[in-house]
Amino acid sequence: MNTQTSAVSANMSAGLMSIVKKNAVPILFAILSILSVVVAKMNPLFLVNEIITRLARNAFLVLALLIPVSAGLGLNFAIVVGAMAGQVAVIAITHWKIEGLLGFFLAMLGSVPLAVIMGYLVGQVMNRAKGREMITSMVLGFFANGIYQLVFLFLVGTVIPMKNRSMMLPDGVGIRNTVDLFGISRALDNLWRINVAGIRIPLASLLLVVLLCIALHYFMQTRLGQQMRAVGQDINIAAVAGINVDRTRVIAMILSTVLAAWGQLIFLQNISTLNTYNSHEQVGTFAIAALLVGGATARRATIWQALLGVLLFHTLFVVSPSAGQAIIGIPQIGEYFRVFVAYGVIGVALALHAWQARE
Amino acid sequence: MKERLRNLIAQLGVPRVIIIGFVLALFVIAYSTKLPIGPLFSASLVRVGMNGVLVLAMVPTISAGVGLNFGLPVGVLCGLVGALISMQMDFKGFMGFIMAILFSLPLAVLAGWGYAALLNKVKGQEMMVGTYLGFSSVAGMCIFWLLAPFDNPELVWAIGGQGLRYTLTLDNHFGKVLNRLFQVSFGGLEIPLGLLGFFGLMCLLVHLFFSTKMGLAVKAAGANPRFAQASGIDPDRTRTVGVVLSTVLGAIGIVVYAQSYGFIQLYMAPLMMAFPAVAAILIGGANLQRATIGHVILGTFLFQTLLTTALPVTSRVIQGDISEVARLIISNGMILYALTRGDGRETA
Amino acid sequence: MQPGNCLYVGGIRDTVAHVLEMRGINKSFFGTTVLKDVDLAVDAGEIHALVGENGAGKSTLMNILFGMPVIHNTGGYEGQILVDGEQVEIPSPGVAMQLGIGMVHQEFMLMPGFTVTENIKLNREISRPNLLSRIISDKLELLDVSQMGKDSRQALDKLGVDIDHWLPVAGLPVGYMQFVEIAREIDKSQVKALVFDEPTAVLTESEAELFLGAVQRLSEAGLAILFISHRLAEVVAVAHRITVLRDGEVVGRLSQNGVKVERIAEMMVGRQIKRPALPPRTSEPSDDDIILETKNLEVQMPGERLKGLNLAVRRGEILGLGGLAGHGKVAVANGIMGLYPASGSVRIEGRELPLNDPAAALQSRLAFVSEDRRGTGLLLDESIEDNIAFTSMQSQNRFLKGSVPWQGLRVRDGEAIRKQALKTIEELDIRCTGPEQPVRRLSGGNQQKVCLARALTLSPRILFASEPTRGIDVGAKSLVLDLLVKFNRELGMTVVLTSSELAELRMICDRIAIIYQGRLVGILTPDDSDVEFGLMMAGGRVSEVGVG
Repeated sequence: MNTQTSAVSANMSAGLMSIVKKNAVPILFAILSILSVVVAKMNPLFLVNEIITRLARNAFLVLALLIPVSAGLGLNFAIVVGAMAGQVAVIAITHWKIEGLLGFFLAMLGSVPLAVIMGYLVGQVMNRAKGREMITSMVLGFFANGIYQLVFLFLVGTVIPMKNRSMMLPDGVGIRNTVDLFGISRALDNLWRINVAGIRIPLASLLLVVLLCIALHYFMQTRLGQQMRAVGQDINIAAVAGINVDRTRVIAMILSTVLAAWGQLIFLQNISTLNTYNSHEQVGTFAIAALLVGGATARRATIWQALLGVLLFHTLFVVSPSAGQAIIGIPQIGEYFRVFVAYGVIGVALALHAWQARE
Repeated sequence: MKERLRNLIAQLGVPRVIIIGFVLALFVIAYSTKLPIGPLFSASLVRVGMNGVLVLAMVPTISAGVGLNFGLPVGVLCGLVGALISMQMDFKGFMGFIMAILFSLPLAVLAGWGYAALLNKVKGQEMMVGTYLGFSSVAGMCIFWLLAPFDNPELVWAIGGQGLRYTLTLDNHFGKVLNRLFQVSFGGLEIPLGLLGFFGLMCLLVHLFFSTKMGLAVKAAGANPRFAQASGIDPDRTRTVGVVLSTVLGAIGIVVYAQSYGFIQLYMAPLMMAFPAVAAILIGGANLQRATIGHVILGTFLFQTLLTTALPVTSRVIQGDISEVARLIISNGMILYALTRGDGRETA
Repeated sequence: MQPGNCLYVGGIRDTVAHVLEMRGINKSFFGTTVLKDVDLAVDAGEIHALVGENGAGKSTLMNILFGMPVIHNTGGYEGQILVDGEQVEIPSPGVAMQLGIGMVHQEFMLMPGFTVTENIKLNREISRPNLLSRIISDKLELLDVSQMGKDSRQALDKLGVDIDHWLPVAGLPVGYMQFVEIAREIDKSQVKALVFDEPTAVLTESEAELFLGAVQRLSEAGLAILFISHRLAEVVAVAHRITVLRDGEVVGRLSQNGVKVERIAEMMVGRQIKRPALPPRTSEPSDDDIILETKNLEVQMPGERLKGLNLAVRRGEILGLGGLAGHGKVAVANGIMGLYPASGSVRIEGRELPLNDPAAALQSRLAFVSEDRRGTGLLLDESIEDNIAFTSMQSQNRFLKGSVPWQGLRVRDGEAIRKQALKTIEELDIRCTGPEQPVRRLSGGNQQKVCLARALTLSPRILFASEPTRGIDVGAKSLVLDLLVKFNRELGMTVVLTSSELAELRMICDRIAIIYQGRLVGILTPDDSDVEFGLMMAGGRVSEVGVG
């Protein structure tokens, strides 16, 4: 094709430039992560272990964001609602003392109907807020949090009959701030775990993530997946082509919510304790930040970007306090820095998204 | 009669009717459980003065067509820096209050200008971008609080810590100066005239601004940018004016809030500052396109009364503090309602 | 019944039913008749052209054919539609599709991020069942991408275009997008008839040629084609039969044999207009006294691009700007007033006007009554008086009081505004409950008068009025035109009137400039012949057109 070598090399450098340009965000964060790792002088074994654990723990939640992005609903801050559905299921099985793997899978099963209903409602709200989906999903998350607190602080033990000394506040009303999940603690992680040169790998959990990736990959090639992509590209043209736009968007939200519920369950079995009123709060922010760090945008996100994002974002998360300590001598700087990064990367991504949408 | 009632409900909107009903019900319960109404009412008046200016900050952005200012923390942070400078320089009493505002003004104008420049580039997504600009500014300023060159021992950790304290008391500076100014007792009611007067003054200034040539241009460009352009107005410029004004009001608002509260809270405390203010103006009857001073006053009054009476009243009926949960549900529910109402405006 | 029934070329002789027939179609909007007893028939293998001015009723006819909601929402229509000789009801576009009637839209209905194949197969994907899809829903069937590609290739080959069907649509040239759109229609296996709405309007000359070739191929393959176009030359070149609509009526049915462009043009325009006696002037405007001159003015107005206009406006005249929709006549005033990006040069009384600066245009005492009355023209929720005073306040610092160093902080002078409002309300006879009434509640005609009142308040040298009579009732129309004449004769205002209605231009203008494809084709007087107007709007002069 190209006979002149100079043209080839010119093409290659131009190609390289465009690759760098397209992946500016993940490259920047890769550099930042590597620098922090070098500065923090962290034990590499500890770091690798920590990152693998976090990958197994968080990837599912990040992957739950992909379907709404491709259906044009943007970044779904309302996965918080799905996480709550997961927590409701976890509270139920802990209360009924169903333990081990059975408990875990029952919780997954039990969270589905709740998550489907929630997802349906979220989808309906989104359809009434076209063009403002992201801010609406974010406020919806806060609103749902209020309802959740109302239920578990005031209604449990009064309106909802429940008696359980270890899980409830001393006066018999409301769930404790922290609930020990020893029943399903590491149920999935410990199912199949191997140890390679001091690195513990929770294969079962990782396998579940891989399964989800494959499922998502195939889903996008089905008729429904194609319809979602069409709706995501242009609502009006999709409608003219005879696609039921509103219904498709609702289905996307339901799927995302169910996946988020399962993702939260995977997260909780690894953490082993439920912070009843905090565990879900930052789920949306951190999952979205991770996805964006991987190079995704509010209009386009791939499985690889999700996985890469989790890797980079959590590396930074693990090392930034130590890096802060090493550079300025104040560990809190690293802590604030990573919060800043999480919010900042979302802000920049949203601004870019709006900017491009105008052109 | 029935017809008229239905019209009234339609005009007010269902959520507003529910909230008004809720406030009335709280007072009825308070009365029947023999809670003293007077102090309850006085407390809500203080809260109105305390929060009013922050709610007022929503008016310029809505009028300018930018929407609800979820980036209010940008202004709040400027106000906090102004207050800290005033404290660092050891201004006392009323002087401290005035200097805090004066120091924060140039910062707020500058920050508001930058914020507006960003918002002009992201038309259609201002609220979302504003929210995260606010969030990341708060997080970024946390690093500033750690490293900032303040050395007044009242401000920084005494031992074992670095940087500014989490919570600073204003007792020796300008705590409660407005609250105590011209406070009068009237039939068992404590009325903080100075505080309410300051809020009233701010409302009047904003009202006056919107009857000047510039103010009218801001409003026209907000309602219909094409129309404004055809009259020789640059809508980007009027949007900038609206955002700067809102940011300035946010800075003044937090100084008023802090003096009333008696403390300054740093670090992650200002994170969610925009939400109650947004909710209040919506409760008052504003929507994403239209907001008036009347909405500010009514909304602040309803929302703050609701919050101040909810705690003592409900604690007679149920155990635990439900007011925080009520605040979450009401404020976010109200915002959700406003966002999901079809407003006929096309957004990208 | 059909005068041209036995006169086609290259078609199959038709003794059986027409593929598509519309019989005795009547339609009115709010009491105004827009279609009167229209008959139209298209046969297999025929290219049938439908021509007419803007507002002749072409799009209404197509909306009826496709069962668009706008028809049902306004009381339906009278008449019959027959497909293959059988009477059908078409309540929605979906039904039209099922009956085998395809439409190629003027604006492209394509997903930019999808490939050509994905667009051709949009929501008609080919898929294969699998275990999950059998259990849950056929929506979970996996796409058969290679079969989809083969089908697309076949459709594109039928058109004779050589596009890679795996390319994304985003980067394709406009002409190719049109082909993708057509390929989608002919890929629908049951399609019998295709409607093209102004298909060549967006194409370059060479693309149009390629396109017309493709259309001819399709007709040879037996498709019935209904072709709506303004380009008379191409109509004459490809159509087997031509139906001419004017004011909602069929005024001519022509066959290809021996048709001349002039004849069609005359039919399209043909109506005798009585020019009312206008008040005389003391001195007539002339080329010796030019108030505004444009040189190579280009305006980037979406859908109305102006591609280099050289035009001189005489002081004191009423100049009409005419031409078909989409050719750029509306862009002239919008460009000069700085509302859409413009380049080139505009001189007012010899002085250069800074472009893209609405404030500067207003300062040069130009005023504009926009064609987009409810969008650009008015603040619908504000009062009549504020609407009247606003522009003068902002651009001339009038209606302000108080002395502060900065004009921006001077306060609105309610009293002065009220006085001006009352004065103009009386002068222009605005029917309202008072100067405080919000303009949203006024009728279209009165809203337009508020716009005129605002322009008048600016006391301009030149007034640009764009489509000032669009969407207002007949009585109000003549009132608005009378006002423009009054401004011109009594106040000496130079008026530039842009209108799609040739009749009204010929009624009050001194000269009428015709814009075609973004350029000036010529300037006519109101008394010039219909043929001349018709041809010029179709892009040529009598002497230049040699097609026949």
